[in-house]
Amino acid sequence: MKLSTRHLLSINDLSRKDVLTILQTAVSFKEISERPIKKVPTLRGRTVINCFFEDSTRTRLSFELAEKRLSADSSNIGKSGSAMAKKGETLLDTIRNIEAMRPDILVIRHSAAGAPAQAATATRAHVINAGDGMHEHPTQALLDLMTINEVKGRIKGLKVGIAGDILHSRVARSNMLLLKKMGIDVIVAGPPTLLPVGVEEVFGVRTCYDIREALPELDVLMLLRVQRERMGEQFFPSAREYARYFGVSNESLKGCKDDLVIMHPGPVNRGVEITADVADGPRSVILGQVTNGVAVRMAVMYLLLGDGPSE
Amino acid sequence: MTSYFITNGRVIDPAAKMDAKLSVHIEHGKIVSVSQSKKAPDGATVIDAAGCIVAPGFIDMHAHLRDPGFEYKEDIESGTRAAAAGGFTTVCCMPNTNPVNDSTSVTEYILERARQVGAIEVRPIGAITKGLAGENLAEIGDMAKAGAVAITDDGRPVMNSGIMRRAMEYAKAFDLVVISHCEDLHLAAGGVMHEGNVSTELGLGGIPAAAEEAMVARDIMLAELTGARLHIAHASSAGTVRLIRDAKERGVAVTAEVTPHHLTLTEEAVSDYDPNAKVNPPLRTEADKRALIKALADGTIDVIATDHAPHDITDKEVGFEDASFGMIGFETMLPLALALVHDRALTMKRLVEALTSSPARILGLEGKGTLAPGKQADIVIFEPEHSWTVQAERFASKARNTPFDGLRARGKVRYTISRGKIVYSS
Repeated sequence: MKLSTRHLLSINDLSRKDVLTILQTAVSFKEISERPIKKVPTLRGRTVINCFFEDSTRTRLSFELAEKRLSADSSNIGKSGSAMAKKGETLLDTIRNIEAMRPDILVIRHSAAGAPAQAATATRAHVINAGDGMHEHPTQALLDLMTINEVKGRIKGLKVGIAGDILHSRVARSNMLLLKKMGIDVIVAGPPTLLPVGVEEVFGVRTCYDIREALPELDVLMLLRVQRERMGEQFFPSAREYARYFGVSNESLKGCKDDLVIMHPGPVNRGVEITADVADGPRSVILGQVTNGVAVRMAVMYLLLGDGPSE
Repeated sequence: MTSYFITNGRVIDPAAKMDAKLSVHIEHGKIVSVSQSKKAPDGATVIDAAGCIVAPGFIDMHAHLRDPGFEYKEDIESGTRAAAAGGFTTVCCMPNTNPVNDSTSVTEYILERARQVGAIEVRPIGAITKGLAGENLAEIGDMAKAGAVAITDDGRPVMNSGIMRRAMEYAKAFDLVVISHCEDLHLAAGGVMHEGNVSTELGLGGIPAAAEEAMVARDIMLAELTGARLHIAHASSAGTVRLIRDAKERGVAVTAEVTPHHLTLTEEAVSDYDPNAKVNPPLRTEADKRALIKALADGTIDVIATDHAPHDITDKEVGFEDASFGMIGFETMLPLALALVHDRALTMKRLVEALTSSPARILGLEGKGTLAPGKQADIVIFEPEHSWTVQAERFASKARNTPFDGLRARGKVRYTISRGKIVYSS
């Protein structure tokens, strides 16, 4: 087994078959994390560099654990710890220097959209986009899909709502691409200021302002973090008003399907986009998403390197 | 002194309403005659222009030569050589240098430097406000007397409408045209490309067409209020075209220019995050592009100007969002513009006019943009049918920031003659 793409820069790089292969592999890898000795020798001798040019806790830890559990040798470059980034070196120069040390995989997070794609032009290693600006975060979408499949037992024909700051969200972009690719109906919702122009046409999704309008038909509701700094940019007047008209509470969930599942890529802003009772309530699979993140990243790295399991 | 006899070419001089197979005789740096004679005068070197257009040297009313201050990107010597290779004999350089051209000393430096090392002539454009800060008027009168041919804060808009009004009023005393870079900075904030489907897909901050159009509308109103002459720099949207067309119909003294890249490319050029396709104003939609071509053809847009914006690789290799805006344009202008002629979207006469008599008229460049006898011999000879491949590494410009590298081009400059001397030949 192996993927049809050399890099994972965008969900667009993956075929439907690739996606199913990743999900299948992730399910088998998930079990490793449940063992007392959480390590297999699969990627022994392989070198993975985690280049996190933008801060991250969850994603970085998730990748690091995935690497360790597959026995890869991994090193980290951070934003502040990187002399390269600090001394005015261009991104491409930094990547060329890393390339000279012969890594097998580069995991790249960057605040600028397109940075992993640009990096991929300067290295023979496989590049995994761990989030680039407002562009994409493909492994997040894959772990979301894995979670949906796990909880619902199916993918095709489901209806998923994505609510919140769609405009600035790379998670939303990757999810819209992935869910649509896999035959899921997607409805995105948020205040008009946070819906990107042309989103229906570009991603083939439906839109509404208030997610409550679409709620009765949804199987899954993904909520996105609303960054408080956006208020300074006048996308909405206050957190209080956002919560009242665009946030989700147990109250607003009235009329939803019995088996509606609530997801959130984190970090959760309790009291803004989601109330604590919903985030921590029985419908929430937020922590399950985090668990699946490690498995999905193990699967992606393993499949990109292309030495599938012996069958 | 050298004497040339350019024969067998099609001579197009829109200022003289001339378009015929004629011969041009030049001597002592001046045009002696344009006639049907086939016989070279004694002592004249013959230039065979068979298959070529012979036209007044092109005038680029919008370019960045980066000198003084950013000579690592371009300087007056390399910039004028690149311009000569593109068929230009006069280039007007924008004031966003370091120091800014907001004083006679910088204006005089540019003119003196161009006299010393320039392959062709340079005409500086002065700043509207000191330091391009948009707050206090620069010494516009002094710069005009020193040789500035227009004023602009290009690269930035004058956001304060009150100051823009005063600048327009004041410029009238020196008969200077005010060139406006139309961009509402609040609407454009955070944007790095056109706001539309491609920016949504790529997750890049968008600059809506309204950011340009709101300021075009404002400046047209201010031109009406003040009676000043307004020139809209690098028009990029269908909405801008509509506003200019409407203003011209009402008799407002407004003119406009368009760049070769806005006539050629759309937002799609950005889709692989090519930093060389990052320009301001941004490349917009197919409908915008079509509107610009039509406006150029019907005269709503008067001028083709390159907005030649050289950058060093370190300004561009930093990722799309952080990369500087701008692309170079001198050495690719002609084949890009000629593509419209080859596609029959533009006449050859209109193309030549937009590069010669139109900018000369707008800027009041006496004796330029024409082949009239007695005028300075600034001439371009180009072969519209010649096919070649654009190779950025061979450019005379110091910069390589072009998305057209490798383009199969049709139309090549054969000779550029500035002040009676051959400054470029291929």
